[in-house]
Amino acid sequence: MLPTRIIDDHSRRSERLVNKNTILSVRDLKTEFVMDEGTAKAVAGVSFDVDRGQVVGIVGESGCGKSVTIKSILGIVQKPGKVVAGEILFRSSPNGEMVDLRSFDDRGKEMRDIRGNEIALIPQEPMAALSPVHTIGNQLVEAVRLHRKISKKEAEKIAIERMRQVGVPDPEDRMDVYSWQLSGGLRQRVMIAMALMCDPRVLIADEPTTAIDVTTQAQILGLLRDLQTMQDLAMIFITHDLGVIAQIADYVVVMYLGKVVEQGPVDDIFHNTCHPYTKALLASIPTIHTVSKEELSTIGGSLPNPFNRPPGCPFYPRCKDFIAGTCDKNPPDLSRISAQHSVSCFLYPENQEVT
Amino acid sequence: MGSAVEGSEVEMVDFDDAVSVAPNWQLVWWRFKKHRLAFYSGFIVILIVIIAIFPGFFSTQDPNESETRGSFIPPQSIHFWDDGPALFSYAVVGKRNQRTLKMEWVTDENQKVRLKLFGRGYEWQVLGLFKSNIHLLALVNPDTDKPIHLIGTDRLGRDQWSRVLYGTQVSLSIGLLAVFLSTVIGIFLGGISGYFGGILDMVIQRLIELLQSIPPIPIWLALSASLPRDWSVIQGYIAITTILALLTWTGLAREVRGRFLVLREEDFVIAAKMSGCGQMRVVFRHMFPTMSSHIIAAVTLAIPVMIINETFLSFLGLGLRPPAISWGVLLQEASNLQSVALAPWLLLPGVAVIVTVITLNILGDGLRDAADPYH
Amino acid sequence: MLVFILKRLMMLPLLMFVFSVLAFILIQAPPGDFVTSYVAELAASGSSMDQLQIDALRQLYGLDQPAYAQYFKWVWRMLHGDLGISLDFQKPISELIGQRLLLTVVLGLATLLFTFAIALPIGILSATRQYSFFDYFFTVINYVGVATPTFMTALILMWFAFSKFGITITGLFSPEFANESWSWARAVDLSKHIWLPMIILGLDGTARLARILRANLLDELNKPYMEMARAKGMSEWRLVLKYPVRLALNPLVSSLGWYLPLIFSGSLIVATVLNLPTIGPLLLRSLISQDMFLAGTIVLTYFGLAVIGTLLSDILLAWLDPRIRMEES
Repeated sequence: MLPTRIIDDHSRRSERLVNKNTILSVRDLKTEFVMDEGTAKAVAGVSFDVDRGQVVGIVGESGCGKSVTIKSILGIVQKPGKVVAGEILFRSSPNGEMVDLRSFDDRGKEMRDIRGNEIALIPQEPMAALSPVHTIGNQLVEAVRLHRKISKKEAEKIAIERMRQVGVPDPEDRMDVYSWQLSGGLRQRVMIAMALMCDPRVLIADEPTTAIDVTTQAQILGLLRDLQTMQDLAMIFITHDLGVIAQIADYVVVMYLGKVVEQGPVDDIFHNTCHPYTKALLASIPTIHTVSKEELSTIGGSLPNPFNRPPGCPFYPRCKDFIAGTCDKNPPDLSRISAQHSVSCFLYPENQEVT
Repeated sequence: MGSAVEGSEVEMVDFDDAVSVAPNWQLVWWRFKKHRLAFYSGFIVILIVIIAIFPGFFSTQDPNESETRGSFIPPQSIHFWDDGPALFSYAVVGKRNQRTLKMEWVTDENQKVRLKLFGRGYEWQVLGLFKSNIHLLALVNPDTDKPIHLIGTDRLGRDQWSRVLYGTQVSLSIGLLAVFLSTVIGIFLGGISGYFGGILDMVIQRLIELLQSIPPIPIWLALSASLPRDWSVIQGYIAITTILALLTWTGLAREVRGRFLVLREEDFVIAAKMSGCGQMRVVFRHMFPTMSSHIIAAVTLAIPVMIINETFLSFLGLGLRPPAISWGVLLQEASNLQSVALAPWLLLPGVAVIVTVITLNILGDGLRDAADPYH
Repeated sequence: MLVFILKRLMMLPLLMFVFSVLAFILIQAPPGDFVTSYVAELAASGSSMDQLQIDALRQLYGLDQPAYAQYFKWVWRMLHGDLGISLDFQKPISELIGQRLLLTVVLGLATLLFTFAIALPIGILSATRQYSFFDYFFTVINYVGVATPTFMTALILMWFAFSKFGITITGLFSPEFANESWSWARAVDLSKHIWLPMIILGLDGTARLARILRANLLDELNKPYMEMARAKGMSEWRLVLKYPVRLALNPLVSSLGWYLPLIFSGSLIVATVLNLPTIGPLLLRSLISQDMFLAGTIVLTYFGLAVIGTLLSDILLAWLDPRIRMEES
C-alpha cells in the first residue's frame, strides 16, 4: 500500500504514516491572538506536508493567516499571539526522526538552533527586515556566525559566495554597503543570500515578490527555482498571486480565514478546481483571453471581522454555491478528491469518490 | 442548490462601523477614557482649577494678614470624632523658650476650637465681581477662638494654607497664560514657516535653532533682573509671563511646522486646493482640525513646565515678588536653611507644585496618546 | 565625516558673534548701570557721592560711552584674552571665573555620565519588560522625578540631612580644601562631595531620558528587522543589545543637544541652593549688582558651553548614524 499523503483533520497520529521524504509536517495548527476586542483565531486548524525538494505554495487573501502560519512554524509569533494547538513535525537530520517543534521553548536553544540554520526565512519586506545602521556584510556574517563557530573572515567568504550565487554583481564591494543604498531587487537577492548562509533544508519565502516590479519578479522567481532544484531544498512559498503559484509551486495550499479550504498538486488545483473560493480566485485573474469591456469578476463581500466569525464554513457569506441550513451551521469536513487532493466544502461530501 | 449571496445578507456585529463614522474628537475621547490614570488625573486637575478660581472659598484666613506674634505655628490637625461626629481642632498656646528666646507652640487639649463646614469668615472677592464670606471650613466662634492653621504659619504669622491656595491662582494662571502666549507665537510662526516654505521657512528655522541652543535660564534671569523694582505686581506678572513665553515657543513651532510640511503634501489638502479653496480656508478648515488634538496635548504638557519655571524664578527672587503670592514666592521663605529647620512645613507649597505638575503631566500624556497613538 | 565637522565648526564664530551681541543687550537692558546700583548701595548705608564723583567714576569704568562703543571695546579686549575687571569684586574676571568654570564643567560632565549610566539600563529594562512591576515602578518614579523641581529636591535633601543628621551639605569641598590649589587629595575630596549635587541635578534629565529611551525601544522592538533577527536564530538578549540599543543610542546622543544646556543652566539653581562654587551663583550676584562685565562674560560663557554641547552632539550623532552623514553630502 502506498504511503498516503492525505491529511485528515480528525485522524489520530497513529493512523497516519509519514512519507520518508517528508521534511516538515504541520498538523492541525491553531494560533490565536487574545486582544481587548476578543480572541482572533488567526490559524484555525491548518495541516499540510512539505517534502524534500518540493515547493509548497500557500495562497490566500491578506488576512487569511498565511504569514501567521509560517511564523508559528518558526516560533516567532508576536504577543499577544500564541500557538495553542497542533503539531509541527520536523525531520531534524536527513534520516532522523521527526520532532515536534512545539515541544521546544520558542526562545530556547533548540529552536534557535533550527531557526535560520535548518529552516530559513526570506521575509516579506527586505527593506524593513534589514537593520539600517549595520552594513549588509555585518548582517550576512551574523547570520552564519550565529550557528557556526567560524572566524569573521571565513564568514565573509561565505557571504560573498552566496551573494554571487544569487546574482549580486560585485559582491565584495557590497559587503560594506547599507541596505538603503541598494535597489529593491538587489535587496531581495541579499535577503535570499542571507537565508542560504547556513545551507538550510527548508526555505520559507514570505511573499518575496510582492515588493518588487514584475521584471525583477520574474528574475527572482527564476533564481529561487534554480536554487531549489540545485540544492534539493524544500520550500514554502507564500503569495496572494495565483500566477506566481503556477510558475513555482508543486503543491498548493489554499487558505481562507485561517483554514485550509483546498489543497493539492498544482495541476489539480488549476485544472480540477473544487472549492468555490479557489474557483473564484482563478476566475478573478485577468488573462489575455479576457474579452475587453467585460466586467472583471470579483468575489463579492469582504472578509468578516476576525473577532466575530460566522458559524459554519468560513466562506459561506460570499459563496455563490451557498447551501442555506448546511453551510452556516457546522464547518465542513475534509473530503478526499484524489490521493493528494482534498477540499473542505459541503459540495463534496466526505469520502465521495470523484475521478 | 445554492442561493445568491444577495438574498442572505449576514448580520454581523461589526464594531468597525461605529468607529469609522465617529468624528475625530469622539475617537480621541474614547481612546482617552481607556487610559484610566489620565482620566482620573483629569479630575484632580479640575479640582485644582476650581481651587484656583475660588481660592477664597477654600481658605481659612486672609492670606496677607500677618500676626507677628503667631509666627511659625506648626500645622494643626482636624479631628472628626468627639463622642459622635464633630469637627474641631485644638488651640495652640505659645510659650517663649527662655534659653533660645524662640516661641514654642504647644497644643492645649483643654481648649477645643469648633469648626463647621460652609461657615462664615473673612470677606473675599469672587472672581473680582462680588464679595462673599462663605468658606468651606470656618470657626464656630470667631470672636473667642483663635484661627486655625492647617499647615502652619510662616515667619510673619501668615496662614500658609490660605497662601498656598491663593498661590494656586497665580501659579496656575501664569502657567496658562505663558503657554497660551507661547502657543500663539509658536503656531503662527511654525504655521507660516511650514506652509509657505522657502526663504521665510529658512529664516524662521534658523531663528528657532538659535533660540533652542540657548540655555534659557541665564536669559530669564537677566531679563527678570532688568525689570524695574518699582513695577506693580500686575506689571511684574505680565512681564514674567512674556519673558517665559519668549523662549519657549520654539518647541511647538517646530512641531507645527513639521506637521504642516507633511500635511501640505497630503492628498486631502491637494484635493481641497484643487476644488478651489482659498489658502486660509485650506489651512483652517482642512489642516487645522487634524492637528488640534495634537496641539491640545502639547499645550497640556507645556503648562507644568511653565509652572516649574515661574516657581524657580520666583524662588530665586527674580520672578514675582512679594506682595504677590505664588508657590515660588512662598518657597522663597524656605530657601533659608535655618527657617526650614525650624519650620519644615514651609516646604509644603512644593507639594502643591509636585502634585499639580504630576497630574498635568499624566493628563497631557493621556491626551497625547489619545490624539496621536502613532506618534 | 571630516567635511561634516568642518562645516559645523565654521558656524561657530558666527554663532558666537550673535551670542555676544545678545549677551551685551541683555546686560544693558536694566535701567542704570553699575554706578547707579553702587550709589544706591552707598545711600542705603548712609554715605553719598556728589555728581562730580559719580561722573568721574563713570568715566573711569568707561560707562559714559555710547552702547556700541562699549560693546566693541568689550569684544576687542576679550578677543585678546582680557576679560576685564569685575566692578563689584574689583578683581580680574578671569580669576573669578576660572576656578568656578572648571568646577561647573566637572559637575556638568559628572551629571551627564551619571544620567547615561542610569537612564540606559532603566530604559532598556522598562522596554523589554513592558507592563512588569519594574516598568510601573519606574514610571511612577519618572513622573515624580520630572514633576519635582530641582531646587525642591535640593531643599528637601538639605533639610533632611540637617534636621536628622545635623550635617550641612553645601559646597563642593570640605573647609580645609576649599581654597587650596589642586592636588590628588583635593580631587578625592571633590568626588566625595560632588555625588549629591550630581544626583539632584541629574534626576530630572535621567527620568526624561529613560522615558525617551523606553518609547524609542518599544518602537524598535516590534520592527520587522527584529523579527528577522529572531528568525535567524538570535537569542533575545543579543538581539536587544545589538539592534535596538544601537538605535536607541541615537536619541541618547541627540539628547545632548538639549540636555547639556539644561545641565549647565540647571546647575545654576542647585548651586544657589547648595551654595556651590560654580558660575551660577556668581551670575546671580552680578545681575543684582549690575556688574556688567562679569554678568556679560558669564552669560556668554553659558552660550559658549551650549554651543559646544550642540556641536559635540551633532558630531557624535553623525558618527553613530551613517544615514545622517550621508544625507548631508
